[in-house]
Amino acid sequence: MKVRIPTPLRKLTDGQGEVLAEGKDVADLIEALERTYPGIKGRLCDEQGALRRFVNIYINEEDIRFHEGLQTPVKSSDEVSIIPAIAGG
Amino acid sequence: MAFTEEQLVRYSRHIILSEVGGKGQKKIGDAKVLIVGAGGLGAPLALYLAAAGVGTLGIADADVVDLTNLQRQIIHHTADVGQSKVKSATDKVGALNPDVKVIPYQKYINPGNALQIFGEYDVIVDGTDNFPAKFLINDAAFFANKPLVHGGILRFEGQLFTIVPKESACYRCVFPAPPPLGVVPSCQEAGVLGALAGFIGTLQGTEVLKLILGIGSLLTNRILNYSALTTRFREIKIQRNPDCPLCGTKPSIEKLEMQEQPEQPVCHLDTVAAAKGDGTP
Repeated sequence: MKVRIPTPLRKLTDGQGEVLAEGKDVADLIEALERTYPGIKGRLCDEQGALRRFVNIYINEEDIRFHEGLQTPVKSSDEVSIIPAIAGG
Repeated sequence: MAFTEEQLVRYSRHIILSEVGGKGQKKIGDAKVLIVGAGGLGAPLALYLAAAGVGTLGIADADVVDLTNLQRQIIHHTADVGQSKVKSATDKVGALNPDVKVIPYQKYINPGNALQIFGEYDVIVDGTDNFPAKFLINDAAFFANKPLVHGGILRFEGQLFTIVPKESACYRCVFPAPPPLGVVPSCQEAGVLGALAGFIGTLQGTEVLKLILGIGSLLTNRILNYSALTTRFREIKIQRNPDCPLCGTKPSIEKLEMQEQPEQPVCHLDTVAAAKGDGTP
């Protein structure tokens, strides 16, 4: 499935704004991303594996926090977006 | 107060809009809007809101105009370098529209002055360039019960949304706490396309006018993301978070405090070096 990578994380994806990865749920997808783009998991999740508080993940524009969090199931046709806060003005 | 002949002409393109009309234009003239930050976002905001005839425009910024600002902060001109931003913006607004009363605040908004200043206005707009300011403005707008139009830009990406306190999702509903220092770079570190600032600032200004006029549907409970490189807009649904530390059911934030960004854990030092924004959005 397509995963949209926000500006602050693109250093880890060779500048790519969209990457492809697969998984059965969001946690699985993050593991898959970590294998291809080492370091990305640490930016999304804390040491306990929970999603960091300043990061939001959306599946087809729906916040996973209001579904099953990292256990929210995903399928190939989904589009996943990672949205961090940005502070520039 | 009735419009003068000159005002009828000046605002004729607004007045002719049935959604605005003379009544709406009067609302704009009676409105008090506070722009926090006279930088990349604040520049188009101040210019368009002044041109629209917003009666009272508060502009808060402690900085002076720097040469690096001019690539995007179009309210400041080359001759203003070294001048206070608030003075420079006040001069431009005055030249554009003498109907507008500018209240300059040559200072940063802080927990000590925010509520008193916000209390004087109908709408708050965030044009600042750093996380502590953005969280403080969100919290202060909530405590002052004022609608807030949030905006942020970085490199080629911008995002904005409107917050109606206690009705729609606030900044902390979506981002409960700021990222550690250096995890999300500033424009000073990572750059920003100048016209992007104008674009997001102008969208914020549009939201302000809609709030004043009470027309259309606000950008509440959704974040608008704009990617300049691909010219794509995406909208993401957000909602009030019952666990929000500010406006949730059991809030942990009960008074205004400066929310500093935590130091970055050592394992993430592979990212951009930690540094503060230049204070000039």
